Amino acid sequence: MVNLKINGQDVCVPEGYTILDAAREVGINIPTLCYLKDINKIGACRMCLVEVKGARGLQAACVYPVSEGLEVFTNSEKARNARRLTLELILSNHEKKCLTCIRNHNCELQSLAEDLGVDNIRFEGENIPYEIDNLSTSLVRDNNKCVLCRRCIAACDKQTISVISCVNRGFTTEVATAFGESMADVACIYCGQCINACPVGALYENSHIPQVQKAIDNPQKHVVVQTAPAVRAALGEEFGLPIGTPVTGKMVAALRRLGFDKVFDTDTAADVTIMEEGTEFIERFTKQEKLPLITSCSPGWVKFCEHYYPEFIDNLSSAKSPMEIFGAIIKSYYAEKSGINKDDIYSVAIMPCTSKKYEAARPEHSTSGAQDIDASLTTRELARMIKQAGINFAELPDEEFDQPFGMATGAGVIFGTTGGVMEAAIRTVYEILEKKPLDNLNVTAVRGLDGVKEATLKIAGKDVKIAVVHGTNNARTILEKVKAGEHYDFIEVMACPGGCINGGGQPIVDAKTREYVDVKAERAKALYSEDEASTLRKSHENPYVQALYKEYFGEPCSHKAHELLHTHYTARKKY
Amino acid sequence: MEKKTALPFNGTKEQEAQLMAVIESHKNQEGAAIPVLHKAQGIYGYLPLEVQQMIAEGLNVPLAEIYGIVTFYTQFSLYPKGEYQIGVCLGTACYVKGSGDILEKIKAQLGVDVGECTPDGKFSIDATRCIGACGLAPVFTVNDDVYGRIGVDDVEDILKKYM
Repeated sequence: MVNLKINGQDVCVPEGYTILDAAREVGINIPTLCYLKDINKIGACRMCLVEVKGARGLQAACVYPVSEGLEVFTNSEKARNARRLTLELILSNHEKKCLTCIRNHNCELQSLAEDLGVDNIRFEGENIPYEIDNLSTSLVRDNNKCVLCRRCIAACDKQTISVISCVNRGFTTEVATAFGESMADVACIYCGQCINACPVGALYENSHIPQVQKAIDNPQKHVVVQTAPAVRAALGEEFGLPIGTPVTGKMVAALRRLGFDKVFDTDTAADVTIMEEGTEFIERFTKQEKLPLITSCSPGWVKFCEHYYPEFIDNLSSAKSPMEIFGAIIKSYYAEKSGINKDDIYSVAIMPCTSKKYEAARPEHSTSGAQDIDASLTTRELARMIKQAGINFAELPDEEFDQPFGMATGAGVIFGTTGGVMEAAIRTVYEILEKKPLDNLNVTAVRGLDGVKEATLKIAGKDVKIAVVHGTNNARTILEKVKAGEHYDFIEVMACPGGCINGGGQPIVDAKTREYVDVKAERAKALYSEDEASTLRKSHENPYVQALYKEYFGEPCSHKAHELLHTHYTARKKY
Repeated sequence: MEKKTALPFNGTKEQEAQLMAVIESHKNQEGAAIPVLHKAQGIYGYLPLEVQQMIAEGLNVPLAEIYGIVTFYTQFSLYPKGEYQIGVCLGTACYVKGSGDILEKIKAQLGVDVGECTPDGKFSIDATRCIGACGLAPVFTVNDDVYGRIGVDDVEDILKKYM
């Protein structure tokens, strides 16, 4: 332990702490901007300058290690003035269009200006006008808002994608791709982790709200919406509820009030995914071919595999993601059953994900003749629609999903967190192979936030080696192990750290909150609690799914199922 | 979006073999990107996309990072040098005598920016520091020819000589 003094207060913290860590330990807040826990720690922005007794000049608290007897002053006149001046200079060439900015009220720069008492703009610096890149299906980059904190670059590096970097020098420095290519033309997987890391409005999703609103306003259109499991675990945050509050009932009520004709649950489709993928696994495992089977629900992961590990494309499950399975079912089975012309159906998906926008636009997802999913919105976009419609979210009653696709098992719910798809699959695969019920449904070996989780399960007398990874950095680790000869039977990959609950379309949690709250763990808890509370927790026991197979598909992986519920992948270039 | 090299890449097999040897000798060495880029520029004369890709792949460094390095250091060039290399002196004496305007005029005349090369490969423009001819300010050079005490209006005629 190390003893130091901050603002005259005695502090005792473990070795290796920075001044910033130590200050937070005793409730002293030092402003930060470029610092982001576990992601970016470079001392670049100088917002966290403090006075250290005996040190030359002011020091960046986020990178300054504590030492015995250190004396720190965070609130001296010198420190306060230096921090305010730094912020004023950052603001001098920031495009201050706060009123119309996507991050108005949710901007770390705005908060800093308030916290540091910047009450006028003393310096109006020169601004280089930057072209906004909105050419990709998923991400928009607006460098006019960028403060060069490099958090997005660090988030992208952490994912080992690294398609953005700092280019040029001095005043012309900007965050860009190699040769200034659009995000549409580089090997970006659209995971959106850069968006979640951005303190300002320089990165956001390509919004599809106008199209959706237009469809809702058109009386000819039958507008169907589905919501992914992770959305309900985070949507409440946009309305001031604590992180990890499940808001399923209110979300359904809000969607109905927004004017959607049917509100369905993607979890039902997740149960179908498990039937298809589980059957596919049993087939491959029995024949011992194309193993490991690797899950394919995460579009960011699929795109990652196509760009960076095309040699594993045959290992990807051909079962579509729940969103696309639903997309295909809505414009086929549902259209026929409800007597609605499929061309009059407008199918919307609410996803925690920015990559889903890309998945929705993939040409192979058009079994109905048009795109099976017409628009995929993020959790944030849904929150914006709710606010714009004047709906008082907190006061909404809890309502139920519409049938026949509003009934899901607990297995479908946990799809939204790392390990969830594997756990759901195991529950079904075990019972099919063992022909008896599974005693303990909680497959704890695949739960939690370790980057790589491995286990060997005994099913029907055979060892089944499974692995679960989240974050594409960990995907790389496991794929390299497979390439080096390690055997796995079944691997689950989710592109985002923590899985969909921490997807690039989820509510943005600021750096300060991230310091104190384990956002991923809290949101995951919300899903596991819904699973625990479910009466049905195994996909194959979902009566609506059973009916769907009986009436329409015959059995999992049947000819018809292959036509509608399976897909294929394409090797893509890295550059 | 920024412009890409306008000239098509004409790297030879020999140049590629040389570059591969350089990459091989720096593999697994930390901080290898800068020395490799330096040598690559020696081989090709500039660092176009194709060369940066080979280096990124060979050293297992992201292309965006390589590009970031190339654009950070002024000694690295994304564009080849032209048959006629124009150097406009932006040293203090030349600058106060209006070399900034001369540079703008040359850029407009040729349609390319500082550091770039015209699509026909004829002219490239560099902004230089003081070249030690302050008595002739403002000064610009075309290869070894020096033009001093010139005005914006002289630029067109001078360039015509090389067209």
